[in-house]
Amino acid sequence: MSRYVLRRLLESAVTLILATIVVFIGIRALPGDPARTLAGEESDPATLAAIRSSYGLDQPLPVQYLRYVQKAATGDLGRSPRTGLEVADSIGHALPVTLQLSAFALLIAVLIGIGAGVVAAVRRRKPAEWAANGVALLGLSVPNFWLGQMLILWLAIAYPVFPASGFVSFFDDPAQSVRHLLLPALVLGSGLAAIVMRQTRSAMLEALTADYVRTARAKGLGSAQVVLGHALRNSLIVVVTIVGLQLGALISGAVVTEQLFVLPGFGKLTIDAVFTRDYPMIQGVVLVTATAYILINLIVDLLYSVIDPRIRVGGTAL
Amino acid sequence: MSLLTVRDLSVRFRTEDGPVLAVDRADFEVGQGEVVALVGESGCGKSVTALALTGLLAPNATVTGNVDLDGTDLLALPESRLRNIRGRDVAYIFQEPMTSLNPVLTIGRQIGEVLRRHRSMRGRAVARRAAELLELVGIPLPQRRLGEYPHQLSGGMRQRVMIAMAVACLPRLIVADEPTTALDVTIQAGILDVLRHLRDETGTAILLITHDLGVVADVADRVVVMYAGRVVEHSNVDALFAHPSHPYTRGLLDAVPNPARHADGGLREIPGRVPVVREPSDACTFADRCSYADSLCRTQRPLLEPWPGGHPVRCWHPLPARQGALI
Repeated sequence: MSRYVLRRLLESAVTLILATIVVFIGIRALPGDPARTLAGEESDPATLAAIRSSYGLDQPLPVQYLRYVQKAATGDLGRSPRTGLEVADSIGHALPVTLQLSAFALLIAVLIGIGAGVVAAVRRRKPAEWAANGVALLGLSVPNFWLGQMLILWLAIAYPVFPASGFVSFFDDPAQSVRHLLLPALVLGSGLAAIVMRQTRSAMLEALTADYVRTARAKGLGSAQVVLGHALRNSLIVVVTIVGLQLGALISGAVVTEQLFVLPGFGKLTIDAVFTRDYPMIQGVVLVTATAYILINLIVDLLYSVIDPRIRVGGTAL
Repeated sequence: MSLLTVRDLSVRFRTEDGPVLAVDRADFEVGQGEVVALVGESGCGKSVTALALTGLLAPNATVTGNVDLDGTDLLALPESRLRNIRGRDVAYIFQEPMTSLNPVLTIGRQIGEVLRRHRSMRGRAVARRAAELLELVGIPLPQRRLGEYPHQLSGGMRQRVMIAMAVACLPRLIVADEPTTALDVTIQAGILDVLRHLRDETGTAILLITHDLGVVADVADRVVVMYAGRVVEHSNVDALFAHPSHPYTRGLLDAVPNPARHADGGLREIPGRVPVVREPSDACTFADRCSYADSLCRTQRPLLEPWPGGHPVRCWHPLPARQGALI
């Protein structure tokens, strides 16, 4: 097990290095000159040269990259020419917002998705299944930005139950935090909830006809134990896979949702950085995002082995 | 008085292709501590009969008749009471131990479930009893096995785990549905030994469902032969092998490979296949495959009646006794 984790960590490091190289080259291949953005269109060549040299932009690309990596390894992601703030600090402020929003959205998606999926499978060909299927189809079809606007219109403006914008950290004031994050999390999690529901439903339908479910019933176990203890337990592997695959979409979705609800999160930071050619900020944001993706994948893979013992041999037998 | 008395048991399925009559008014008994084999080809209604006893069939099945377990009519019981009986009084062993055990739960947990459910055991007592059960069915290092998962065990060991689960509450009846079919021949003998040993030790009755007449000859006391949902013959093992009276039973026996009898080469097989019965019919369901069938067989349902000097058989033209044992 520990060897497996070690191998996965090494692989992750390689992925991370490749990701930084691609981004480093990618943003420099884009049209637009950060020095000009910073100094303004009308600036003279001497000013531009000074700015370039102060940010190291006059160096060859490999040198720039190595410097960047060297500093990044010590936690120094550079200073944003636009805001004048440390990139690491800006990310440090924005990240908790996005993490809390995503975690809340994930929680909603998993709870609703698994719950509705189980109900739909158990109540096969009954009104409950049709209702769950219908809601899932809606969840998949309705675009986030529309749902978000409607929720704001109804529940924040027409009937001001929830605030339309703003963020309160869960660790400062849990109740206020939930109040602020419920609508955005619902918007962000609705699509995932629908996907989780459909996957749970189909996995459960298969599991419920499995031989081991018949065995569980033949032991005299009650339906709750049969459905949750035996069938759902076996269906979770599918659900975890889907959630793992969809977490990327969740993080990208957070960009839109944060704009909509004016949350000072990672998505807003990213968009501002891209539009202003803020190289250090883009690099920092991508580095953190890539790390997050890799960590999520690692966690999902490790979760597999918790859920399904057959995968536990991992690195050796498979 | 028999432990299990099945009377007039019929099972109908509603399917997309129309109704199917899987079991048609079956009658049989299983005595205390008796091993009764239920035999027949695939699709004869053996497994359906077994599952119908305690209401384990899918919701599209309709079960009628009478299943009496020691004075209780199981078919009249609500699901909640049946749950108390399943696993405690009537336990099951299924054909394919790999798929019949839950792949993501430990052996200990799966055996423990039965003890928690019916014996209200908790904590260490569960693990201790589970280890004892594994030892009882001949699994070495039982303590270690408790923490293992089904995929870490061999096929024979898995089936022993299934048996350990089945005997956990010392049931009065074990229904073993093709318990050796999925296993190597060498492993089969071991599993049959375990079953026989359990019967001798605990006095449990066993309803053994199989199409393997070798297994029947090996462990059964009595045999019930099913064909197309009907019981066509029942008898004690020796009489059945010596004097099969129904042409179908004779056909089954003739289809068993026997080097002495089949020195000339090929096996004798029963022509045709088991029909899908949709409605109760007035004919003998075997008539279409039977070389003795006449117009009587095709128009009138034979009754399950003992023929003079013999055992009960559902045939208008039961076969006379013939010379020599078959197996």
